[in-house]
Amino acid sequence: MLIVGEKINTSMKKIAQAVEEGDSAFIAGVAQQQVAAGADFVDVNAGTFVEKEVDYLPWLVETVQSTIDIPLCLDSPNSEALAKALQCHKGEPMVNSISLEEERFHSLLPVITSHACKVVALCMAQTGMPTTADDRVSVASELIERLTSAGIALEAIYVDPLVQPVAVDVGMGSAILQAISRIMKRFPGVNTICGLSNVSYGLPARRLVNRNFLTLAIAHGLSAAILDPTDKRLMGNLLAAQMLLGQDEYCSNFIEAYQSGSIEDD
Amino acid sequence: MSYETLSDAVVKGDINTAKEATQRAVAAGDNIQDILDQGLIAAMDVVGGQFSKGLMFVPQMLRSAKTMQECVELLKPHFKEGEVTTKGKVVLGTVKGDLHDIGKNLVRMMLEGAGFSVIDLQVDVAPEAFVAKVNEEKAEIMGMSALLSTTMPAMSQTIKALVDSGIRDRVKVMIGGAPVTANYAEEIGADAYAPDAGSAVIEAKKMLGID
Repeated sequence: MLIVGEKINTSMKKIAQAVEEGDSAFIAGVAQQQVAAGADFVDVNAGTFVEKEVDYLPWLVETVQSTIDIPLCLDSPNSEALAKALQCHKGEPMVNSISLEEERFHSLLPVITSHACKVVALCMAQTGMPTTADDRVSVASELIERLTSAGIALEAIYVDPLVQPVAVDVGMGSAILQAISRIMKRFPGVNTICGLSNVSYGLPARRLVNRNFLTLAIAHGLSAAILDPTDKRLMGNLLAAQMLLGQDEYCSNFIEAYQSGSIEDD
Repeated sequence: MSYETLSDAVVKGDINTAKEATQRAVAAGDNIQDILDQGLIAAMDVVGGQFSKGLMFVPQMLRSAKTMQECVELLKPHFKEGEVTTKGKVVLGTVKGDLHDIGKNLVRMMLEGAGFSVIDLQVDVAPEAFVAKVNEEKAEIMGMSALLSTTMPAMSQTIKALVDSGIRDRVKVMIGGAPVTANYAEEIGADAYAPDAGSAVIEAKKMLGID
């Protein structure tokens, strides 16, 4: 399971403030916490600064990578910001994300094919958001075909099934889960990734819902997740789910996380 | 005639009880507008208020709206020309480049529940399309939604298009969506910002000077 730490996002007030003030120590600290808690990649998103994103995104890359040796997940639909961020990134980043929306696809494709990187392929069609599992599988298939024929390895593709709220459609949870499982079976070697919080929009006790969704998604084959790795209960759920599915030899990840205090019993 | 049973049933989303109460009121010869206003719309006002306060949740709101719709269907055959009035016309859509419509759909539902007539332009609506529809329908309110910080500038462009075509002063503009703030609304010259679907109804009424 590949974990992408989601906390460096300027939609969060403290992050936005740190970015505006050029507080590199604060940003580096948030990156370090996430890596210590088990993040494999650190997401950086400066999307709320519409015009300044082009400068802020590369600044975030340099700021994080100057203190900690970790690849980043460059989170933006803006090809110019991504190109600049990719240029100063050390190692192989993940780009989040390309979709089937024509303009986005065509502006991002040259950027992601000119650098070695992992790519998040968001199941957003040209005309609208998918609702059923069939919709998602069909958008994913087209994305995978177009990306692989452009020379991107299947193993570098992380399909995001586009998580939507179960509160507005009770069939949504099952549609997403079925899509994950069908995409993983149809394209052996491809990855699936998603964030968790959209699923619980409009409901009470959202963290409880998010944790259960993660467990179910892992059981359906999810291979990467964008989440807050410093959330001990969430990480406990993740490690327990992997262990129960037989993906943790001698239960060592689970036990070590418990012994180091990064997860705890309720 | 009191509509407590009916409005309670709509708030709870109890479709059967609500439909029975509606049928009883119609059979008793009640004024259709009264059933609509005092039974159904009054209930949706409660729902919107509870929702904005975090006391009700999206699925409950959907259930209440569905209940109201079923009751309105029962009233429709009894609507007479000119007898049933709407609170105003709203043209609604997500802005150009934005396909996220969940929030916009909740707003539409609550506005309809409150007695507004809504013309939904759906998603990825170009500034010119907003302007043309507002003009054609003589809408009192135009509502725009954006979920992405990257599509927010289209809100400002759409308002500019209203100004350029000379109809800005004929329509009130309300905006909303996850990255949108009251400050942003003020900055781009919108008339109102609604943080959620319940607030959208309150703001819409305020802009038109209704209660």
